[in-house]
Amino acid sequence: MKALADRRVQPVISAENLTKVFSSGVFFRQQTTAVNNVSFEMYPGTILSLIGESGSGKTTIGRMILKLLRPTSGKLYYKGQDVTEIRGKTALREYYRRVQGVFQDPFSSFNPLFRVDRAFDMVYDVFLPDVKNREERTREVLQAVNLNPDRVLHQFPHQLSGGQLQRLLIARALLLDVEVLVADELISMLDASTRMGVLNLLVDICKNNGMSVLFITHDLALGYYISDYTMIMHRGRLVEKGATREVYHNPVHPYTRMLFRSVPDIGERWDRSEKFVPEQVDEEIAEFYAKNRGRGLAQLSPSHSVLMSLE
Amino acid sequence: MAAEVILDVQELRAYYRILKGDVKALDGVSFQVRRGEILGIAGESGCGKSTLAHTLMLRKPPLRHIDGKAIFLGQDIMTMSKEAFRQRRLRDISIIPQYALDALSPTKKIRTFMSDIVREHGIPADKKFFERVEERLRFVNLSPDVLDRYPIELSGGMKQRIIMVISTILNPELVIADEITSALDVSSQRFAASLLVELRDQGIIGSAMFITHDLAILYQIADRLMIMYGGHIVEMGPIDEIVYRPRHPYTKALIDSLPRVGVQYEEQKLEGIKGTPPELLNIGPGCRFRFRCPYKTSKCEQTPITEHINPEHSIACWHYTEIGSESVG
Repeated sequence: MKALADRRVQPVISAENLTKVFSSGVFFRQQTTAVNNVSFEMYPGTILSLIGESGSGKTTIGRMILKLLRPTSGKLYYKGQDVTEIRGKTALREYYRRVQGVFQDPFSSFNPLFRVDRAFDMVYDVFLPDVKNREERTREVLQAVNLNPDRVLHQFPHQLSGGQLQRLLIARALLLDVEVLVADELISMLDASTRMGVLNLLVDICKNNGMSVLFITHDLALGYYISDYTMIMHRGRLVEKGATREVYHNPVHPYTRMLFRSVPDIGERWDRSEKFVPEQVDEEIAEFYAKNRGRGLAQLSPSHSVLMSLE
Repeated sequence: MAAEVILDVQELRAYYRILKGDVKALDGVSFQVRRGEILGIAGESGCGKSTLAHTLMLRKPPLRHIDGKAIFLGQDIMTMSKEAFRQRRLRDISIIPQYALDALSPTKKIRTFMSDIVREHGIPADKKFFERVEERLRFVNLSPDVLDRYPIELSGGMKQRIIMVISTILNPELVIADEITSALDVSSQRFAASLLVELRDQGIIGSAMFITHDLAILYQIADRLMIMYGGHIVEMGPIDEIVYRPRHPYTKALIDSLPRVGVQYEEQKLEGIKGTPPELLNIGPGCRFRFRCPYKTSKCEQTPITEHINPEHSIACWHYTEIGSESVG
């Protein structure tokens, strides 16, 4: 994937063989590998979609980037700096000044007792204490996300809609001028009529400000709509990655192909004659890996690689 | 088309009666469900689609039936006694509720849970019953072993299949499926939605009302589509006609806002609908989409009457003839 992106541009985030193992149980320790040997890069001004079903490890990757979880092994770099080495109040503050997350449930991202202006004030207090014209700056970013400052600034979160709250979170990222935004199921809770507005806004800001976005989603059509690059995850492994068009138009891994067969797409109906059983994919994957033994993660084109086998 | 009508809903009104007044979540809807069809019901949150399911099946306070009828197989279920309706539930009419995945009791094995439910409806949970359950489980590609598992051991997709087996075990005439695919992964979504079609094709269930916010899924499985907005039905007709030739401004905007594989931001920017759905508390008359509608005139202050464009396609908009049917998307 490195090859296709502009070589002159340095990645803002790069992951090398990133792995996260969770242990559970008191007497019988059970280990779950949530993320297994995943490598990727994120570049400025591009949107990278991370697509997978529940339990695929996509959220875990986002949480490691946000330093909410520590990788078990492998490396995670932010502009060449090891993310796990970032410690101490000042260094962490500087990191979060540049790397932020927006999550699925906008209602739980806000303190319900604080009005919007106070929430923004706290951003200034923590990250931007030197800014003098606070109100002016806030109004600017609110207008940039198509919110009317007079109508939202003095409201409590419960008086605003989900779409408005997500816009506020994007406005906050804009205010901080973040370099990396982890958007985890950003619009899953929004209605069809409001989510496109939020999505278009995200792309505009990404392109205009050179922000790098990790767009974590389970919705393949949305991933196609906004992203430059796509990664498909299955049970902690990255099974296919590359330029969005190549992955979508020429999927190779059986899991990716199964996902595309199940997308409900307007204008194209599922094949009703096909007996579709999700579990079948496990056999198909096993066969695929056996057939391609020894190939491992193979680069099929400069901008498309596929996990052909496990060894 | 002279298909047999199994559910005839006439001017149904149901409000949530709270201290501040009435939330008019379902405000005069009329439609029919025909034998053998899958009727898709779509709309965004707060449009009244789930309220419709609850009005037909549960009606727990503060939700109250105000007026209107719902005639199911010749009997008005709105005036039926609780006991009489309980006799019909599961046997003739059955709901697969939203968040059904959490309906399974975490401390009971699936077998115990199923026994409890059917006993509640006066059906013996005997060997014969479980033979039928096992047969159905195999039909949904589950091993009968799941009966002796706890819900925590099962994935979301598996739980949804079990719920669907329970809800349809007595071969009901009508199934109301409320957002059954929303909490599932895409592959399980396809399985669950296709399963409903297969149950219908096999004659296990008669008809289904499939309620969801996801138009793309309805496009896959529904025969007819009903679009709701703010407690009203705004448009209804055969699925292809609504998707390819929508006439109501809301339906058009909704369909144009849907992303599909092959549409990328740089080439075709999809637009949402500006504004938010109306607050339904003590709302007055008038078209409820008028606050967001580009074609709004003073006439829209009156509630639009439902007109038929053709025998199958109906619409509630004062201006649909002027707007035409060309779609942007």
